[in-house]
Amino acid sequence: MAYVAVKGGREAIERACDLNEYRRQGAASAPLQLSQIREQLHLAVDRVMGEGGLHAPDLAALALRQAAGDTIEASFLLRAHRATLPRLGESIPDTTGDMRMVRRISSAFKDVPGGQILGPTGDYTLRLLELDRLEDPALRRQVIRERVFRGLPEPDDMPDTFPRVVELLRRDGLVEEPGTEDDEPFDITRRSVAFPAPRSARLQALARGETGGLLLLAYSSMRGYGHIHPTLAELRVGYLPLRMTHPVTGESVVAGEILVTEAEVVSRFSNPEGEPRFHMGYGLCLGHNEIKAISMGVLDRCMRTETPTCPAEDQEFVLYHTDGIESMGFSNHWKLPHYVDFLSDLDRLRKARANAQEKENGHARA
Amino acid sequence: MRVHEWLSKTGSAGTTFGFLDDGAKKDVRRALLKAVAIPGYQVPYGSREMPLARGWGTGGIQITLSMLLPEDVVKVIDQGCDGSVNAVNIKKFYERVAGVAVTTDTLEASLVQTRHRIPEERMTDQQILVLQVPYPEALREVEPSEAQTRRMHAEADYARMWLHLYEDVVHFGEIRISYRYPCTVNGRHVMDPSPVPRWDVPKLHMADTLFLFGAGRERRIYAVPPHTRVEPLEFEDHCFRVEDFAGKSCARCGSTDTFLDEILGPGGSRSHCCSDTGYCDKRKARWNRS
Repeated sequence: MAYVAVKGGREAIERACDLNEYRRQGAASAPLQLSQIREQLHLAVDRVMGEGGLHAPDLAALALRQAAGDTIEASFLLRAHRATLPRLGESIPDTTGDMRMVRRISSAFKDVPGGQILGPTGDYTLRLLELDRLEDPALRRQVIRERVFRGLPEPDDMPDTFPRVVELLRRDGLVEEPGTEDDEPFDITRRSVAFPAPRSARLQALARGETGGLLLLAYSSMRGYGHIHPTLAELRVGYLPLRMTHPVTGESVVAGEILVTEAEVVSRFSNPEGEPRFHMGYGLCLGHNEIKAISMGVLDRCMRTETPTCPAEDQEFVLYHTDGIESMGFSNHWKLPHYVDFLSDLDRLRKARANAQEKENGHARA
Repeated sequence: MRVHEWLSKTGSAGTTFGFLDDGAKKDVRRALLKAVAIPGYQVPYGSREMPLARGWGTGGIQITLSMLLPEDVVKVIDQGCDGSVNAVNIKKFYERVAGVAVTTDTLEASLVQTRHRIPEERMTDQQILVLQVPYPEALREVEPSEAQTRRMHAEADYARMWLHLYEDVVHFGEIRISYRYPCTVNGRHVMDPSPVPRWDVPKLHMADTLFLFGAGRERRIYAVPPHTRVEPLEFEDHCFRVEDFAGKSCARCGSTDTFLDEILGPGGSRSHCCSDTGYCDKRKARWNRS
């Protein structure tokens, strides 16, 4: 197969694309329905929406199918699509106090006002391959459905709002006050970031960051290359109302709701000057992605260290290297032809070798 | 009941008693023997994958599984609590793969596995306490590299740890390490006692019980054998002290001499309860009877 742009390259490329498409659609299996992906692979869909920076479950499912399950590639497709969309407006900044809660836990206190709500989680399952459930039969699905919906409490048993654990600590002066460094949020999709970056830019970059990349850096810090010892004050998963200013009436209206995951971590005090307080780290991302929200919270806290001593505390290191789409693109670009560059490299190497040889010959003669 | 009798009773083919294969158990036991022989020294071992995620107690689980006998009575606690989600999950796992009996009474158990607490009741020389460990390396606080910390332990070079504590005293008038308080074991190795609160550190000193520490993710096992000195790092003029619960008592059992959890109530009100729920239940029952 031709690789560089010599004659016949175009046909080879088209054939390669066909082959790729054929491989993706599988030999004899039924085509994947978008609803199946959206509902049964919902965590992958959420991940793609977050990293792609676009809340669009159907399009994310489409992207996942097109990318044959590669989440970075799927996020890329979604983010590229996002670039074609007009920006119709901006939501009104809001607290997450009105979140319609799906899951809410605090690991800082045994019990908290509003209660610990486990919600749908696999945290406490044994990770054993369900070899006896290869077929996932309809009967079993029916049994689960009945178990879940039988004896559900009345909807008004759930409180409307849940007090924030961090707020309760803050009331006692134990946690630092929220920063007010920038009035107008920085938008990294419209402006190039300069360092030190404002917190809004950092949080936005983290929210679009690749889950694995964020996890790697957050883990490096919590494991030993860093000094942050986080406690998860609160982790929330739920639906947030999206408020907009109505273009005609000028009133605030709810345009819809989006599923988000929010993490608030507190860490040991470190500022020798002033009153000792816990420091806070914050993470919020689209969809249900707890690993990402927690990693964000840890990295947000890490990056606020005044004198960075390790990669996770260094803003540039974190923000430049955790965008999956950028790093994937660049790492893949090495597959592009580099024969001109390489020829130039070869020339230098040959010249250096010739010089070395000459020197050696000179020594031998002397 | 012996292991082979248990095996003949289990119906499902392919289920090993205690989940781990014999080779893995042998590996863990050898590491345990070495750990007991060199108190406080971290023995590297080939940690296996468990059906629980790393960081959820896989080190403790591997130690327990490698030692379980069918007649064992097991107690599992998480932050002192028998009913905590992860403790319940681990207990279910042991019942499933080893068919052992479980209890919430510390004194009834032959083996107690714990995360972040040591039970309030003094354990005996007939019992073993297995502690789940996230960070086996006490020196990680001052040195990120494993190669370096191993050298520091070999040379008993603890100067940077002492300096770290000293700087805390200078800057904050207080050593900021709360849980995971570093201790010298048997006058030689500085050891991480796992994230138990300061409150529990004195319980390790000259105890009757064997303490085994398992860090699955970091692939280390270490131990404090019975009747071993375990001394928290402290200065002559700045002594180690445990958490202060003066004037507070347990809202359930009235205890004033146990480690108390702070409970946030509606509107930010605070109350306290024993962290060791098994002990709290026992005290409460006794109180109700009299």
